[in-house]
Amino acid sequence: MDTTLHLQFFKQMFLPRRFLKSADKTEDLRRYRRLWWYSVLLTLIVAQAPLIIMAGVNYFMFQETMQSDLRYDLSRNLVGISRSLQTIIEERLAALRFTVKDKTTEELYDPAELAITSQNLKNTFGGFVDLGVISSDGIQLNYVGPYDLAGADYSDQSAFHEVVIRGTHVSDVFMGHRHFPHFVIAVKHETGNNDFYILRATVDMESLNRLIYIPDSDEVDDVFIVSRDGILQTPSRSHGELLEKATLPIPEYTPNLSVIERIRDEQLPCYLGYSFIDNTPFILMVTKTRPHMVHAWISKQSDMIVFLILSLILIFIVVLWSSTKLMMHIRQADQHRTQLLLNVEYTNKMATIGRLAAGVAHEINNPLAIINEKAGLLTDLATLSEEYPYKDKTLKALDTIVKSVERCSGVTHRLLGFTRKMQTRSEPIKLDHLLDEVVGFLEREARHRNIKIYRDYDVDIPLIESDKGQLQQVFLNILNNAFAAVENGGKINMMVEPKNGQKVFVTIRDNGVGISEENLTHIFEPFFSTKGDFGTGLGLSITYGLVQKLGGTIEIESEVGVGTAFLVTLPLKHEIVAE
Amino acid sequence: MENCRILLIDDELELVSTLVERLEIRGICADAVTNGHDALERMRDMPYDVIVADLKMPGLSGKEVIEITRARYPETKILLITGHGRSSHDEMEKNIPGVFEILMKPFNINQLISSIQRAVENPNPEKNE
Repeated sequence: MDTTLHLQFFKQMFLPRRFLKSADKTEDLRRYRRLWWYSVLLTLIVAQAPLIIMAGVNYFMFQETMQSDLRYDLSRNLVGISRSLQTIIEERLAALRFTVKDKTTEELYDPAELAITSQNLKNTFGGFVDLGVISSDGIQLNYVGPYDLAGADYSDQSAFHEVVIRGTHVSDVFMGHRHFPHFVIAVKHETGNNDFYILRATVDMESLNRLIYIPDSDEVDDVFIVSRDGILQTPSRSHGELLEKATLPIPEYTPNLSVIERIRDEQLPCYLGYSFIDNTPFILMVTKTRPHMVHAWISKQSDMIVFLILSLILIFIVVLWSSTKLMMHIRQADQHRTQLLLNVEYTNKMATIGRLAAGVAHEINNPLAIINEKAGLLTDLATLSEEYPYKDKTLKALDTIVKSVERCSGVTHRLLGFTRKMQTRSEPIKLDHLLDEVVGFLEREARHRNIKIYRDYDVDIPLIESDKGQLQQVFLNILNNAFAAVENGGKINMMVEPKNGQKVFVTIRDNGVGISEENLTHIFEPFFSTKGDFGTGLGLSITYGLVQKLGGTIEIESEVGVGTAFLVTLPLKHEIVAE
Repeated sequence: MENCRILLIDDELELVSTLVERLEIRGICADAVTNGHDALERMRDMPYDVIVADLKMPGLSGKEVIEITRARYPETKILLITGHGRSSHDEMEKNIPGVFEILMKPFNINQLISSIQRAVENPNPEKNE
């Protein structure tokens, strides 16, 4: 019931007028609509803002954490792989250094010895493809390997000069004669007398490739090595083919590993970690695409999101409901106040009219009394006198005067009785008499319009203690409505019967046009009128207020085209609270 | 009834004079005055058996006349005539004790006579209380 009322009120406030029942259109609810918006928005902001802010803070903290986690994972991978890489290359260089220290020049120049050494290196360290000894003038004097490279001249190669100057050399990866990716490492050995030779070895890239191969993982997308010129030294998943220019810019040299953020072609933010491998041309690179933060956040925090959304929905519903309820209460209070105001105003008005009418009636009663007595005196004189001219005619005329005086007196006394002081007071009342008195006011109209008024009074109607003037007002209003509803020649039935020995039941039934169902729900509301310009919409509203004040109830039954019945129940005795 | 003394008090001279005349026709002797002061003066000369007073009068009002009469001449029966309606009838009974009966203007002369008769024949002066 409550919810239905809420819904109805809500519809009344917000639906465009053309969708409303005609009865709901009469009230202007703009004030409540404004208040409603104000209340809803304010409450929603106050209630939901902290939740939304918390969620936002959580999101940004999550983003921070996720970024630092990503950076951490990248760094960890980078450190591990770069150390291994460094170790592998260092190990092989160290092996060459050991060899040149261990073997004499003669031994190294001996092809058979060199073959043994080469085999030993292959067996011990792996990855060695061939081994050669180059003299200080750049000629490869001894060579063990799958190709015929003995006697090759390296004197004009920059790598030769580098090893002469620096003592060691690690080359870029290249294909060379061998048609598989490999790189060259070389160490210089001083033999005294300002002479030296160089031990040079080719290392298969396979060993490095194995090292940097990582299975698909969440931590890293791609691991590869580029040369300082930006040439890919190992295959890459997404940055180019082996020995091609890598599709990403080569960062500036830094001695420590570094993780930077960059935007890739597809606009996805991505992290690039890189580490320069000391004493080599190699740069180890690791990349990781940053996942979509919102998606990651939602998937990780799904419980919290569900809670958040449920809370928001719940708050929203509660706010809507409570605001609507609040507006309904305010409207009820307003209506109540308006009703009170109207009652007071009406009572005041009636009291004023009452005083005026009483004054007038009183002033008329005095001259009426004189007319009455004078006519009476003339009647006396005419009756007593034996020879009174036109005696019969005179007596007849005087009788008419006396009867007219009686009629006037009836009117003034009814007026005085009806328009007496309006304050509530209790007195014993016979409801049938009171109804007859009220009907007396409408008798003229009833005669004129040929409206039949039937009285169906119970023989045993108890006296009730109530306010006579106000009861008269109540029944006059109801009868006025009945008169307005019936056609000329219509019927009005008044019924009075006791009920349970505690109440009296008055029914006033007409056979008029009836009231539609949707109008019935508003019939007692102030300013609701179906009489167009002729009705104030106050009569039944005041009637309702008066009946309530007198401790009674009023109900209405109606059917369009059949008629309307007002059912008034009045208590035998009601303590009237002084206003 | 014929010997009893009746005083009519009403500011409408035409009303009281006509009433006196009509009572006389019916063999009832009555005096009439048009204000409270005159009424009290007449009563001082010789108390009346019945006074018939209007409520609303200039100068001394009917209510005051009735109160003074009750105090000075407890034997005197008091009738009230008024132009007010029924509602004030009840109020007057409450507010002005000692009123034997109330007649509402305009009234029939026979009503007045029977009221006076009842008042005179009422032996119990307590009724006035």
